Amino acid sequence: MSKNNPAAPYRLPTGGLVDRSQVLSFLFDGRRYTGFGGDTLASALLGAGVKLVGRSFKYHRRRGVLTAGSEEPNALVELRSGARREANTRATVAELYEGLEACSQNRWPSLAFDVAAINSLLSPIFVAGFYYKTFMWPAALWEKLYEPVIRRAAGLGRASQQADPDTYEKAHAFCDVLVIGAGPAGLAAALAAGRSGARVVLCDEDFLLGGRLNADRHEIDGSSGGDWARQIEAELRSLPEVRILLRTTVFGAYDDGPGARTFGALERVSDHLAVPPAHQPRQRLWKLIATRTVLAAGAIERPIVFGGNDRPGVMMASAVRTYVNRFGVVPGRRVAVFSASDDGWKTAFDLIDAGVAVEAIVDPRAVIAPVLLDQAKRVQARVYSGAQVVDARGGRGLERIVVRQPDGRVTKLSVDALAVSGGWNPSVALTTHVGGRARWSDDACAFVPGELPRGMSVAGAAGGSFGLASALREGAAAGAAAAAATGFTGAAPPVWRADDEALGVTPLWYVAESTAKAFVDFQHDVTREDVALAAREGYRSVELLKRYTTLGMATDQGKTSNLNGHAIMAALTERAIPDVGTTTSRPPYTPVAIGAFAGSHRGKHFKPTRFTSGHVFAQERGATFVEAGQWLRAQWFAAPGETHWRETVTREVKAVRSSVGVCDVSSLGKIDIQGLDAGEFLNRVYINLFSTLPISKVRYGLMLREDGLVMDDGTTARLGTHHYLMSTTTANAAKVMQHLEHARQVLWPELDVQMVSVTEHWAQYAIAGPNSRRLLERLLGDALEVSNDAFPYLACAEFGWRGVTARLFRISFSGEMAYELAVPARFGDAVIRAIMTAGEEFGVVPYGTEALGVMRIEKGHIAGNELSGTTTAEDLGLGRMMSKRKDFIGRVLSARPGLTDANRPVLVGVKAVDKAAQLYAGAHFLALNAAATLENDEGYITSVAFSPMLGHWIGLGLLQRGPQRMGERIRAHSPLRGGDTEVEVVSPLFFDSEGTRLHG
Amino acid sequence: MRIHCPFCGERDLIEFSYLGDANFKRPDASAADAPARFFDEVYLRDNPAGPHAELWYHASGCRSWLRVRRNTRTHEILGGELAKTGGPTATGGPTVAGA
Repeated sequence: MSKNNPAAPYRLPTGGLVDRSQVLSFLFDGRRYTGFGGDTLASALLGAGVKLVGRSFKYHRRRGVLTAGSEEPNALVELRSGARREANTRATVAELYEGLEACSQNRWPSLAFDVAAINSLLSPIFVAGFYYKTFMWPAALWEKLYEPVIRRAAGLGRASQQADPDTYEKAHAFCDVLVIGAGPAGLAAALAAGRSGARVVLCDEDFLLGGRLNADRHEIDGSSGGDWARQIEAELRSLPEVRILLRTTVFGAYDDGPGARTFGALERVSDHLAVPPAHQPRQRLWKLIATRTVLAAGAIERPIVFGGNDRPGVMMASAVRTYVNRFGVVPGRRVAVFSASDDGWKTAFDLIDAGVAVEAIVDPRAVIAPVLLDQAKRVQARVYSGAQVVDARGGRGLERIVVRQPDGRVTKLSVDALAVSGGWNPSVALTTHVGGRARWSDDACAFVPGELPRGMSVAGAAGGSFGLASALREGAAAGAAAAAATGFTGAAPPVWRADDEALGVTPLWYVAESTAKAFVDFQHDVTREDVALAAREGYRSVELLKRYTTLGMATDQGKTSNLNGHAIMAALTERAIPDVGTTTSRPPYTPVAIGAFAGSHRGKHFKPTRFTSGHVFAQERGATFVEAGQWLRAQWFAAPGETHWRETVTREVKAVRSSVGVCDVSSLGKIDIQGLDAGEFLNRVYINLFSTLPISKVRYGLMLREDGLVMDDGTTARLGTHHYLMSTTTANAAKVMQHLEHARQVLWPELDVQMVSVTEHWAQYAIAGPNSRRLLERLLGDALEVSNDAFPYLACAEFGWRGVTARLFRISFSGEMAYELAVPARFGDAVIRAIMTAGEEFGVVPYGTEALGVMRIEKGHIAGNELSGTTTAEDLGLGRMMSKRKDFIGRVLSARPGLTDANRPVLVGVKAVDKAAQLYAGAHFLALNAAATLENDEGYITSVAFSPMLGHWIGLGLLQRGPQRMGERIRAHSPLRGGDTEVEVVSPLFFDSEGTRLHG
Repeated sequence: MRIHCPFCGERDLIEFSYLGDANFKRPDASAADAPARFFDEVYLRDNPAGPHAELWYHASGCRSWLRVRRNTRTHEILGGELAKTGGPTATGGPTVAGA
């Protein structure tokens, strides 16, 4: 033991796989420590003599490092600072780097002195089901009192509350053989498959290949386990078809079947660095598609449930070996071992070889293998057989253990660390994600994989084969077989020489004689008494036990606790463990940050931004843009001196209604429909007739979903006998296309009809206003005759214009005489500029979606607010469009009683009685003197606008029996915005109700 | 999950949109009990644990509607075919009376 290194008093002077030439400085709770390259935060803290690393979730008990792997329930820290602060990071897998900063969690004001530790004294009321029992009444106090208090006291780490400055990415990889885990079995499998030429992906969550070979003292073919792992790694790296993913956890299996299967994996690309290098993500989410899989995920050692088993200094026996052998760190100076397996004895021998005093080996088994006893005798270790540790005591950390011998004698031993081994649980999670069930094995004394997902085989400890030689043999065989199954039949699987010690376990789940608090689930503070309470109160199924006590529901998902909890339940209810069963694990195996799932799809990358071909023109004219689906559309074009958007919109509306304006409507969906049955097809998808539409005419159409509610609206033009062009709303373009394809391919494949989306192919501009025709005459010249006789309302034409095929539609959303001119998209920029030039003498203005919206409300036209997915054609005043001469999608169910109820809210217009009052969309309609209650609700306002033409606010809304209530006065009540306005019910047609402007 | 498309081959899940039960058959709208039959077809779908015939739309591919058999317990894809030729068809689509 090092006496001359005060900075790291528990670090051995030599040994381990750390790089002692690389001294790394780090901060924990503001204090500076040092460790070495190759350390984890946990090993560096232990080396520095820091045993207390956190407080527990519920009782705020002192906690230390329990394990050396991803199953760690205790040593959770906030890693990094500022925007990069990451809560609940397991110190046992956090790689040390220069300048690392970490803070303990769940303590206030400090780790050593924590106010909420009083919870521990109040523990009789903090038992299982406490949330349900204690805070049942009054419910109103939940939100204001209970929840904030509990959350402050019981929360895990703090979120950074800042945007994550790092990037994440997603990647796909395909392989013939995926090997999960790079311990002896995984390395053997990867090599056997790799040598055959198969494409192999080998993943391991560690930053070093080898698994337990780096932590235990083994020999393979005369080399140390670690050296052997390095040799295999070198050969694997020389094989071009083998890809090794270090720091990569395969966290989920997502499908099953005879073909390739999909696995999710998280690669921690830069978590071991202070800041990701330039152009590198912090983490990479892999979708791995594998034809065959070898699961070699190893096993997790299980604790024993005894009094004080959560005391800092109590550690898993295998973890102690990891710290000693891999990191050159000892957990204490006087150590005892409490082991129910032969495997745990190795810890005692490794400690003694490292120069640490082993005070006792306590083994609950009465009969112990002579070879172990001989070895113990050689190293002069005191053995208590048939004995149990009933209590572990101490203040800040472990100080003594109480050992109860078979004859009832009790011995107290002064120790500062206790290594515990209750046996091993195979890591079977990935075999259960697609529905498999783990199976109890009497040989392994644990659950082992049951029915496997197809294409998966299991090798080594993950399958319950704990001996090293078995792991190598099974791994090589599984790797070779997996490769052969994908067509790579190569040499025979490699063979290595190694020991094959059995685990030799007789499980001890819990120490019955313990009276002190004995923990089953360390992270959620579930004790043996909690499990007993659940049993007494009838929560005996493992699924109920889990939810009642929260056993296994913490971020570690019960990796160290589930089986112990279930075994205690089995004992208490006098059932066998396989009869009690086990809970199903689901992805992810270890926590995955939401950022990794989002990948690069953040902010502007969340969805593509689509620009119309008139976008540059709109930018030049100072447009303010609004998102409409994926599109950016000009919302308004502010002129110099205008101070409020409403001022701008009012000017735009007045300009259109007095002369002419132009609006980019390219984003509306356009679907080209052709075929002998095109007209018949449209008859079936629209509520009104289209087969009767004359060629070169346009008709407004409304389509329903099969459930009878309105889906979308738009105009459809007939360009030829068997050729139609449908327009859809911007928002529903893709949905309508999918709906039509469904109708064409699934409902009526016998119809001769084809369709294609041409939304992006055409730039389209609405030219509206009394001078629109004169503008067009100037623009089109002789290319097309646009007089009212030649081109009346609802006419359409396709024509050649300056060498380009153009289309003109006489349709209007504004209620003005209006046209829509379409040209191939690449001419969109030229055409908007040509329109502006042609309209110069009429003072043409570009107008945006806001003015478009104001004018459609003035005309009572429905739009997205009214096409809400809850309205019928009748509701929107369009019931008469429903043809009685044909069937169409939605016809039958639109006649359902609920959709034809005379009391349904129907479209009306409203205007405020006080002309100065503002209206709010979303305001609910109430009778003048009615209280604002749900029972009195009569409908709501869907759209509002300040009408420049009328000089006051107007609204469209859905009002019960609305059409029969013209002239009635009601209230528009908007508690959200504070408005309660008396309004008059009027026709939704506010402006030019005769339509003279439209036809002019 | 990877879905076999007869045109595009085996493609990733993200290229597809899901609709639901492929056993939907649009009832004869002129039948006397049409409302009840439509209600059954639109709302009362089976949700089996195991193999299930489903409609998927290859939105980011060839725009085909596919009839896919999927095991809902394991996400195993048991087959995929074009709904247009291999899938269910309506019996006697509606026609325009008098048109």
